[in-house]
Amino acid sequence: MSEIKTQNAKDFTDAPLCLSGRGVTKAFGIGEKRKLAVDHVDFDFHEGEFVSIVGESGSGKTTLSKMLLGLLNVTEGQILFRGKPRDISSGRKKREYWKGIQAIFQDPFSSYNVFHKIDSVLLDCINMRGGKHLPKEKKIEMMTEACSFVNLKFAELTNKYPFELSGGQMQRLMIARIFLLRPNILLADEPTSMIDACSRATILDMLLKLRDETGMTVIFITHDIGLAYYISDSVYIMEHGKFVEAGAPDKVMLTPEAPYTKRLISDVPKIHEPWDLSTVDLLQQEA
Amino acid sequence: MKNTIRQVFHSSKFVTGFVILVIILLTMFIYPLINPGNPLEMIGVGTFAKPGTYVSLYDASRTGKETLRLSDADEKRLNRLLSDADRVSMVEWFSAMGIDISGLDISDTDALLDLWKANYTPDSKPAGMTMAKRNYYKRLDKAIKEIGASDTLIITEKHAETGELEEIGSITKTDYVNVGQVANVKSLPLGTDNFGRDVLKELVSATGTSIVIGLIAGTVATLIGLALGLLSGYVGGLVDDLIMFVTNIFTVIPGFVLLILISYSIGQDQRGAAVVAIVIGFTSWTWTARSVRSQVISLRNRDHVNLSKLSGHSLIRIVLTDILPYIASYVVMAFILQVSSGILAEAQLSLLGLGPKTTTTPTLGLMMNWAMLYSAHTNGSWWAYFPVILTITCISFSLNLMNTGLDQVFNPTLRD
Repeated sequence: MSEIKTQNAKDFTDAPLCLSGRGVTKAFGIGEKRKLAVDHVDFDFHEGEFVSIVGESGSGKTTLSKMLLGLLNVTEGQILFRGKPRDISSGRKKREYWKGIQAIFQDPFSSYNVFHKIDSVLLDCINMRGGKHLPKEKKIEMMTEACSFVNLKFAELTNKYPFELSGGQMQRLMIARIFLLRPNILLADEPTSMIDACSRATILDMLLKLRDETGMTVIFITHDIGLAYYISDSVYIMEHGKFVEAGAPDKVMLTPEAPYTKRLISDVPKIHEPWDLSTVDLLQQEA
Repeated sequence: MKNTIRQVFHSSKFVTGFVILVIILLTMFIYPLINPGNPLEMIGVGTFAKPGTYVSLYDASRTGKETLRLSDADEKRLNRLLSDADRVSMVEWFSAMGIDISGLDISDTDALLDLWKANYTPDSKPAGMTMAKRNYYKRLDKAIKEIGASDTLIITEKHAETGELEEIGSITKTDYVNVGQVANVKSLPLGTDNFGRDVLKELVSATGTSIVIGLIAGTVATLIGLALGLLSGYVGGLVDDLIMFVTNIFTVIPGFVLLILISYSIGQDQRGAAVVAIVIGFTSWTWTARSVRSQVISLRNRDHVNLSKLSGHSLIRIVLTDILPYIASYVVMAFILQVSSGILAEAQLSLLGLGPKTTTTPTLGLMMNWAMLYSAHTNGSWWAYFPVILTITCISFSLNLMNTGLDQVFNPTLRD
């Protein structure tokens, strides 16, 4: 087992903190119906780190990601942005915060406004970075560069609508958007779960390349622990709104402590080995 | 957009509704060009002149004559004066008076008339006969006397100074004039109403006013409903609670009762067509607000809205560019329905006498109100109200058909 190594896992514990949380909680409903979607979680994401948050459906990953993005209010606890408590109390402060954090969503087909052309999606990013008054040629050059970064040709995309592209192309366009915006943090919420396996590898490769080039922190949310293992610098395992295990991928994967982590690992299908489906029975018994 | 329009015009329901509406609109614009003038001009002195073509008797008597010997002219003249129903009535009178009618052939006009002339006296009162019936027989008697009138009518003119009658011409049974040569011929396809006004002209003008009222009412209702629905759906929280509280109150109070109360309290003098339209709009927005809100709620957590937020767009911009276009088709449909119900609401209000107070522009509702006040429905003047009802039905039908067609285009689950 010791032969297996993560690809590029680095230790970022000494790097400056980028985003951290203390007792972050999100509750939905009131009274007896009150349910904690995220239950007092602590985390420290460092600058330049590729962090994966792994959990199954309904474990609270997406709720957490929406809180990190500031799209949902935090019920309890505190989120710190670069060491200081995050302040998104007004619209202006929120817009300022969003210059530092951006996202790629799970479903590329619903991520775009179907009434806007691709050009306007990319132009928006340039405007947001303060490039509103740049000459048109410069803007086109920037958009072309961003598209070529994700292996798309801007000349072919101009005047087209996003829904005319394939799922993989749309997700790559999302990355081109991030390339133009250059945020400090990129939150990728299952960006590969809706697209085919070949496109998935390309997307992941681009995310890693983007991280290496710009030094941004990538928070990668996934249900696929195998995938998380190969690309992450640190892994957080989430179950029922709590982090049950966290640390370097090697530690989490090779010496899992929490039973939930063990189950997630055993659920990963392995080639040349019979797939152990016993955990499925366990789940059914629990239900 | 181009595709959507093409798709919309492939829907047979939409096209049918659209064609009906276009025909109505074209009539509205073209008819006043053919028949210009004030639609409320009282051309007739009497009430409820029957539909038809009216020829000036004065002009006809002075138009060049042609002699035509038509074999069936006498028969037609007789039938006009003495119908089959009249013959039966005559027999009824004979039996009521106890006159022997054995061997009388009802189709034998001469025998029938002889018997009548021999026996009828206007003063006779058969037992159990109503006054109305007796008056009918008096009129019948007058008509019967005309049958025996002379073949020639003399036209005389009063001398301006002496006052003596001077013969200037005569008319015989075989004299005819060409209608095209008579100076004054007036065609009234739908007759006149209680004030002696041309119903068709009035109807065309009223349709225009009613459609404008519907459009104003629909616009007001859709704008209020859309603004409140967008605000409460997108902002949520306390704003949503407040708006929905007000909306629910308005929903619970029957809209028509509210409409009656507001119209009544505004007072007759202030109630113009535009005011009535705005009042209708103000009482019918709740349905739009509720449905827009539920659509917006389902949209506000979509990824493209989140992405727009992350791109730093303002609330107004997100609502206008990321929410509104997605519900635009829905809003158009709601608007069409509001226009249709606005026209109906005006008709209902006017029928109750709470419609626009106007002596210058007719509306469909007002026309029905006038027809009802002057008992057009009881005296058989169908032309005063039936074309109005038909027009309202056609407008509502075409708008609802267009709406259903649009619904089928935009909602794939409804497609055949």
